[in-house]
Amino acid sequence: MAHILLRHRDIPDIHQLDVYRQHGGFEAWQKAVISMTPEQVTEVVKASGLRGRGGAAFPTGVKWAFMDNRNWPHYVVANADESEPGTFKDREIMEKNPFQFLEGVAIASYAVQAHTAYIYLRGEYWHIAEWLDQKIAEMEAAGLLGDRLFGSDYSLRIYTHLGAGAYICGEETALLESLEGKRGQPRIRPPFPPSFGLYGKPTVVNNVETLTNVPPILTYGAEWYRSLGTADSAGVKVFSLSGRVKKPGNYELPFGKTFRDLIYGGGGGILDDRPIKAIMPAGASSSLIVADEKALDTPLDYASVRALGSDLGSGSVIVIDDTVSIEWVIRKTVHFFKHESCGKCTPCREGNYWMLRILDRLERRPKKEDVQLLYNVARQMQGKCLCALGEFAIMAVMTGIERFPQDFVDSSQT
Amino acid sequence: MSLAETYPQEVQRILAKYPPEHKRSAVMPLLYLAQRRDGYITKAAMQEIAEFLEMDGTEVASIVGFYTLYHDKQEGKYRMQVCNDLPCALRGADTFLEGLCENLGIRLGETTPDGLVTLEAVMCIGACDRAPVFQIQSPERITYYENMTIERTLELIEALKKAQGETT
Repeated sequence: MAHILLRHRDIPDIHQLDVYRQHGGFEAWQKAVISMTPEQVTEVVKASGLRGRGGAAFPTGVKWAFMDNRNWPHYVVANADESEPGTFKDREIMEKNPFQFLEGVAIASYAVQAHTAYIYLRGEYWHIAEWLDQKIAEMEAAGLLGDRLFGSDYSLRIYTHLGAGAYICGEETALLESLEGKRGQPRIRPPFPPSFGLYGKPTVVNNVETLTNVPPILTYGAEWYRSLGTADSAGVKVFSLSGRVKKPGNYELPFGKTFRDLIYGGGGGILDDRPIKAIMPAGASSSLIVADEKALDTPLDYASVRALGSDLGSGSVIVIDDTVSIEWVIRKTVHFFKHESCGKCTPCREGNYWMLRILDRLERRPKKEDVQLLYNVARQMQGKCLCALGEFAIMAVMTGIERFPQDFVDSSQT
Repeated sequence: MSLAETYPQEVQRILAKYPPEHKRSAVMPLLYLAQRRDGYITKAAMQEIAEFLEMDGTEVASIVGFYTLYHDKQEGKYRMQVCNDLPCALRGADTFLEGLCENLGIRLGETTPDGLVTLEAVMCIGACDRAPVFQIQSPERITYYENMTIERTLELIEALKKAQGETT
């Protein structure tokens, strides 16, 4: 099947404006502005079943419809702060198929009648910000962005904004704080961005991959999109595959293919043909899945992965084989979250600090009581953190201890 | 010289991105400019930006402290930032990092004696399928180096040294 998001794999020069346009590029954008009302655009996206690809899987059209029409101006912010360990899909989309992403930003902006859109990129994606600035300038020169577009009254400007190294800025309210020139610390929600967002104005925050789905949905229709994927999870998804596989990389698949298809099909199987042991389907934020036959045959869609006791999240599949200790895995993830905790709420700031100290002590001196202590600290963080970061931090810890007890100190050692 | 004098076009372009009543949004891009001008972010630059954007100097300092890509100390000209987070570590990043320390004769966080390269371990940089990877942060920009080996990394450092010798 031809790619829908990673179209550069079929059309190599699609990053060039003329090539993109030769392949139908910006037709959806023009059609929206000239012949559709903003509400009609939102309705199509709603009917398509598109859900947010940043991890939360919230229905995109529903989010757009939440925008408060009593409070103006409206803003659109593309979340390009891709920082989840194991996630590198948005980067490929922006590097290789930038215009489809930008067209998605433009259509979303029209749908909510925003005249300004920002693309918030993680600071490390410096080269992509330069690249997108160049592409935005090309669009302006071609009359695809700017004032009174296509002879209508609608005007739009898109700007890039670089972060400076903070995982937490992927959380949408922290991102907005950062964009406002503050420390990137999450706000208490509600209110949610569609009622109180950037500068206190209604704001849609969508992930890069989510927005890149929008132009084809407008071109081919909601029904076409729903015909791909499963009833619960419409359409296609870019999975970032990493860890102990032969061919790591991004794979675009319709929802409903299995872990086996991804890992042993595209991924070519496990390095050195070792047995697979565990799967983290949502990067470092995952609940660990025991990679048995049943798990491998589980369809990659939101409901099925949840039924396995995990979450699909951003679809960043980290594969772990039998050479790797789960205790080591969670030391790595906790180290990450301890470093990235923004410090605003106590359970996350202190909890991650103590989890890392306990894990370091376990490495030096294995002791059963410390495994229990680690578990207790994680459980005390559960449900008490201000934002999802704190909740994510304990996923691998709790499920690691519950599902892989043999990888922690056994009773004979104490 | 002030940022507006040193980089008039860039400052103009940055300010134009945000509504005039929310010019504080320009603090992050202006901090990058200050880092480019001075090599790191000095106290004077923080004060300058604070006054320019009508912010408190302490607020600007707290932003510098919050984000990892801003530096308030002079270290190596190039910061070699190796990712050893989980996905990269599953593909040998820790071994790569140890080998690099050994070959350069420095520990993590230290700078080569010539002041050229500071070696750091960083969190995921979004290149998990191309480990071992690092980025080099210079005052001007950030560049990715992917699918690296110790040998190629040492060659790169030699090339940086040579380039440095030519400019001084």
